[in-house]
Amino acid sequence: MKELQGAARSALASLRPPLVTLRNAGVRYGPQQALQGVDLTLRRGDRLALVGANGSGKTTLLRLLHGLPGAGGVQGERVAHALTAESGETRPCRFAMLYQRPFLLNFSVRWNVLVGLWLQRPPGMDGPARAARCHRALERVGLASLAARRARTLSGGQQQRLALARAWALAPDVLFLDEPTASLDPGAKREVESLIAEFADDGVTLVMSTHNLGQAKRLATRVAYLEAGRVLADLPVDRFFRGDELPEPARQFLRGELPWTT
Amino acid sequence: MSDFAASLATAASLIVEVEPRLVQTVLLSMQVSGTATLIGASLGLGFGAWLAVARFPGHAVLVGALNTMLAMPSVVLGLVVYLLLSRAGPLGEWGLLFTPTAMVIAQSLLVVPLVAALARRLVLSALAEGGDQLSSLGAGPLTRAALLLAHERYGVLTVLLTAFGRAIAEVGAVMIVGGNIDGVTRVMTTTIALETSKGDLPLALALGIVLLSVVAVLNAVIGLLQWRQQGRGAPAEAWA
Amino acid sequence: MDDLNRTPNSHLAPARPRRAPGRRMLGAFLVLAAACAAFGAVPAAAQERFIVMASTTSTEQSGLFGHMLPAFKQATGIDVRVVAVGTGQALDTGRRGDADIVFVHDTAAEEKFVADGFSTARRNVMFNDFVLVGPKADPAGAKGSDIAAALKKLAAGGQPFISRGDKSGTHAAELRLWKAAKIDLATAKPAGYRECGCGMGPALNMGSATNAYVLTDRGTWLAFKNRGDLTILVEGDKTLFNQYGVMVVNPAKHPHVKAALAQQFADWVVSPAGQSAIAGYKVGGETLFFPNAAP
Repeated sequence: MKELQGAARSALASLRPPLVTLRNAGVRYGPQQALQGVDLTLRRGDRLALVGANGSGKTTLLRLLHGLPGAGGVQGERVAHALTAESGETRPCRFAMLYQRPFLLNFSVRWNVLVGLWLQRPPGMDGPARAARCHRALERVGLASLAARRARTLSGGQQQRLALARAWALAPDVLFLDEPTASLDPGAKREVESLIAEFADDGVTLVMSTHNLGQAKRLATRVAYLEAGRVLADLPVDRFFRGDELPEPARQFLRGELPWTT
Repeated sequence: MSDFAASLATAASLIVEVEPRLVQTVLLSMQVSGTATLIGASLGLGFGAWLAVARFPGHAVLVGALNTMLAMPSVVLGLVVYLLLSRAGPLGEWGLLFTPTAMVIAQSLLVVPLVAALARRLVLSALAEGGDQLSSLGAGPLTRAALLLAHERYGVLTVLLTAFGRAIAEVGAVMIVGGNIDGVTRVMTTTIALETSKGDLPLALALGIVLLSVVAVLNAVIGLLQWRQQGRGAPAEAWA
Repeated sequence: MDDLNRTPNSHLAPARPRRAPGRRMLGAFLVLAAACAAFGAVPAAAQERFIVMASTTSTEQSGLFGHMLPAFKQATGIDVRVVAVGTGQALDTGRRGDADIVFVHDTAAEEKFVADGFSTARRNVMFNDFVLVGPKADPAGAKGSDIAAALKKLAAGGQPFISRGDKSGTHAAELRLWKAAKIDLATAKPAGYRECGCGMGPALNMGSATNAYVLTDRGTWLAFKNRGDLTILVEGDKTLFNQYGVMVVNPAKHPHVKAALAQQFADWVVSPAGQSAIAGYKVGGETLFFPNAAP
């Protein structure tokens, strides 16, 4: 009997469980309704891209999914689901966020990663274990040789890689990215994108806001289009870029951004 | 103009001669004001950081009161501390009046609001830049404030130097609570006041120049340390 | 990559993180703190026998204490810490019990101090005299040895006169002199009368800067360096006599007062040793204070 239960549980776990569910959710900043009527479920393994013009509510939706306290009032329902391991234990979902311009403390590269570990105190990690995890994270993003350098002396691309290392070290379940490559030159953009793709391959769920549709095509498995605080379309990536299922505003947006799509 | 020239010459000879009583007076000034700055730092930095992140009804009133305290005349503060420490006052049993400890207490009280107000400003502006991202890493409000103070440590150093300047330059408080006792509570500023009232203006001015020179040397040393720190692969952060 | 046992509220971190990178600054901070702690050791060593004496700026600034107190220390090993303020403030310091002994020059106020029980006895120690200083040109024609006449001329002429206005012994004496000259300051203040609310030195500074007349004690005047155009115009009048007295603060009112040590000073200053120390203090060959303790 126990074996059957174990098998059932692993079968369940291998499906894509929901991580965050939004039902008729909205965010209001004073008189402004930044987001409204959003029904969206984020599942494990999703690589969701949020696209839309500036001010369409991408960042607000990102933060709402993350659960970051904002200045606005939240309406509707947001549920963050707990995760169940094969052993049956549950734990809450872990989130990490990457910003367009990462804020790095005026200390060394290494220390900036350690701060994250120190703040979140992953249990069972003592000082040496944290140092080891930090080193692995820096190696992963290719910054291990710069570990002692002052973080603020790094180039834009290197700083974003450091932010990725900081996020990776925390072993998040979901990585939120708010226009992560918008400020980078093409070379750095490629480096960061490939790292993000690696993270997704490792099993991290991605939610990324971008106005670079090429990036959405390259990295996402699912694309949602926002306009004026509403989610007008939410489709798998191929169907999204085919264009025929899209409402007119979304199609126009595509046309504006990528002239060679219908 | 000849007064100024005479004073400069006197100041130079005072510095060169290194007369023991003058040295003792300078050292006492530095110790009293230095200790007051350290106390002011430990209380003021925490208070200022807390004020930057705390939210409670009456918060604006507290900030307003703090800013008002910045304009506290040192002589008024000295008087208040005198009345507290006097034998006839509530803390008379401690027997602290007319001792260097009383001077440290008075100057600390003078310096705490200054450090707190400036630290609050420092933390607020740093929060605007990175508070959100630190929050996303899981830092609570007080942790954010503390991390940002460490992040802005050169700014903090400037705040402490400002506090030290305020302390070592004031005369009203230390005169009243210290009593300007020769060899015990006589510091540079009270000596200058004394020589002025004795009519020896060139000497008073010379002593003022000596005091400024000492503080200038201190600032130069700190500036040098900062410059060397920044020389190690840091960006050109100006003398913060 | 899956750490399963993380507690739900681990994002609530403790308040103060380690500041590892500021190690150099921490080191500097500790050195500074140690220096200030060393400063704390200094007063501890100075826990020798000492008393606090509230006295006036005239005795301090004339340099008398600098001359006299080392002799007392040598004789008894007691350190006298002088807080030099105006007579009014000195008596107030005694009343509060912040001083062990009071040494001022306002006999009327001192007698009140005794009457109020703050001291058991007052004793004469020395006297000096007041002089009227003013511009060499003497526009008021005050020169002479009659202070009442001089003040009348000043009131009539309206030349600038600087009063200390600070309830000091000198100020009290000045008010008595105006009264003796039958000039009522409240109703008929002379045109040039200015109250600075300041000590003797600052008043003289002001007088020197504005070429005004000032009533000062001879001791402060002799030690004063910023004379400008001022010189002594009136001296020798018997009413310019300025008596100094010493009073030990009454331990019955303030039990913590070091009455025994203070009494040693009071006894010494009226003894032949103390009196000759006073007489021996000269500035420019001139004796400033004349001992007159009753034998």
